[in-house]
Amino acid sequence: MVRASGFGKRYLKAFLSGFFVAVPVTVTILDRVAYIAKVEGASMQPSLNPSGRKSSDVVLLNRWSVRNYEVHRGDIVSLVSPKNPEQKIIKRVIALEGDIIRTMGYKNRYLKVPNGHFWIEGDHHGHSFDSNAFGPVSLGLVHARASHIIWPPSRWMKLQSELPNKRKPVLGGEEDNCE
Amino acid sequence: MRSGPAMLRRFFRRVLGLAGFTIQYGCIVHCTFEYLGEIVMCSGPSMEPTIRTYDVIICEKLSRQFYRIDKGDIIIAKNPNDPKMSICKRLIGLEGDKVCTSGLHDLFRSHIYVPKGHVWLEGDNLHNSTDSRNYGPVPYALIRGRACFKIWPLHEFGVLRESPND
Repeated sequence: MVRASGFGKRYLKAFLSGFFVAVPVTVTILDRVAYIAKVEGASMQPSLNPSGRKSSDVVLLNRWSVRNYEVHRGDIVSLVSPKNPEQKIIKRVIALEGDIIRTMGYKNRYLKVPNGHFWIEGDHHGHSFDSNAFGPVSLGLVHARASHIIWPPSRWMKLQSELPNKRKPVLGGEEDNCE
Repeated sequence: MRSGPAMLRRFFRRVLGLAGFTIQYGCIVHCTFEYLGEIVMCSGPSMEPTIRTYDVIICEKLSRQFYRIDKGDIIIAKNPNDPKMSICKRLIGLEGDKVCTSGLHDLFRSHIYVPKGHVWLEGDNLHNSTDSRNYGPVPYALIRGRACFKIWPLHEFGVLRESPND
């Protein structure tokens, strides 16, 4: 009996100390460094989920690179949906603060992206619920940057930051110097 | 001569142990601040007289995770126009509520319904506060936590006061 309880105690102790290492370390890595997620929906076709419903891509979401809210035009980012805080959406960054862009179906034809905001669109125009529906989005909602497709293996690749040519900002595309 | 490598090994083992210990406790601290609560020092006049500059408050994160934030709570949120800054305001309306958008001195009062997934924030110091009356409704996901307890100055230690404007 004594031996059994001693063994149980030791086992419990080892379990607890392992638990207090593994859980916080895992949570911190998922929060700070990177995690993976499955992409659902057709809004990013053809970059993501090109074959529609048949298979979903799994992407690596890099959280470290957006820790200072640094995003670039053309990046694919995941962010919390402004309309539903429980949902995350994945879109392409089209314009950053200060850019003037031509919208596609928003209430204003031309719009200057306000400070601390950015403009996101899905690659599959018309099948995407994006800034053309809800307007510019606050940078604080950005969650991670999608850097690689990791599943299915045949589609393994690095996601390039590319801006569709006709979606370039009307003004402010280049960094201007005004001193 | 034998003791050289053994000492080196012991030294490395100790360094590794220390590094592991630091990582473990760093991660525990991160999880606590991220999911349970954190201590915040406030500055600025927008929440006077409830919170003044240099007051220290405890901000808990649980009610945000479970969507239990209610009207009248004081919350800490990311500034919608500058995500690196934080704002401390009182939550006036949840999604679907009708709120008054006009300033104190406007002749005509205008109202809007807070859109889905957003909240309406106002400072207690209505005369000197940049809040939803300037930048409109704020997405719920920008909320970082609920300020629930004041710990400094000591004579005001305790639960935060109700809004003075009702």
